[in-house]
Amino acid sequence: MKTSGRSTLCLCAGCALLLVLLLIPAFMPLNASESGAKWQGVDESVVEKVAHEHGREIHTPLINTDQGDLLLFVFLMAGVVGGFTAGYYWKSLTEQKEVQTRTGGE
Amino acid sequence: MTTMKRSGLKSLVVLFLAAAIGLLASTPAHAMHISEGILPFGWCVFWFAVATPFVALALRRLKRDSGKDLAFKPLVGLMAAAVFIISCVPVPVPTAGTCSHPCGTAMSAILLGPLVSVLVATVALLIQALFLAHGGLSTLGANIASMGIVGSFSGFIVFRLLRGAGANLSVSGFFAGLIADWATYLTTSVTLALALKGTDAFLPLATKIAIAFIPTQLPLGILEGAMTAGMVVLLHKKRPDLLVKMRVIKATQGVSP
Repeated sequence: MKTSGRSTLCLCAGCALLLVLLLIPAFMPLNASESGAKWQGVDESVVEKVAHEHGREIHTPLINTDQGDLLLFVFLMAGVVGGFTAGYYWKSLTEQKEVQTRTGGE
Repeated sequence: MTTMKRSGLKSLVVLFLAAAIGLLASTPAHAMHISEGILPFGWCVFWFAVATPFVALALRRLKRDSGKDLAFKPLVGLMAAAVFIISCVPVPVPTAGTCSHPCGTAMSAILLGPLVSVLVATVALLIQALFLAHGGLSTLGANIASMGIVGSFSGFIVFRLLRGAGANLSVSGFFAGLIADWATYLTTSVTLALALKGTDAFLPLATKIAIAFIPTQLPLGILEGAMTAGMVVLLHKKRPDLLVKMRVIKATQGVSP
């Protein structure tokens, strides 16, 4: 029980740290990337820039979800499905151990 | 039983919240993924040819290992979800003013082996290319090569070397994550330079791209190292027997990290 509580605490602390890492930069004066746009992905600031310099341009994806808020919706769905899947399997793995410990089996 | 259920539920809620916060905290951005159209056709075919044998071998390994141990499938499921989420999360790097994402492949390679980790990365990259406008179908082979193959194998080799040298789990996990992240982006630089150089020299262009990645990936590699070490240590605390079965640690090391 004690160990389980400590692990949950560790997980919570990890999540809090992740949140801080994600939020702190929003309040900091930043050294903007060379292209001037804030928080661009390195694919835009590096990969696409180099590709453009060498005459290659990106094409529209087969299923183009990068339109308006559609991409936010798809990312939210990805977070929901991925988060629940990870949680489900984590629970399944840790429960297996608890059952093994209680039955004394392998 | 109630305590067990509550503890499991807590873990599930925390993981779900972490994933949701991560994916929503900033605008979706892409990083090591090479987008559709950037690579010429010949290079797309080349990278598919490189990636295919690894994916085929990984499928064989998955089939073989999942029959051996009941805990293998849930672990693969956990790692697949984790790698998918981690490689979608755009992390803002204040020193560079850009966003990028960790890869998570070192973690899956340590826990599942590098081959199955390639498969896990392939699934994550395929879903991202299809539905998240992240990467591309024509560049999938190149993205598998950098994130899946190089990320997994470099992380796994560094972890094993450090464990062999007597380093503890957290130190080995940290450096495995760090090197896997940097190696992934170095491979992306090489991939781009090879495909885009034209008549120019390869090395200056590859160096230029790699240097451009440094301000973002230097701190992100450290974050990836911390995440990898955290996951390995957490699993060691929760399921040391599983790490023994996956040959991450020896049976004699099962009690202390």
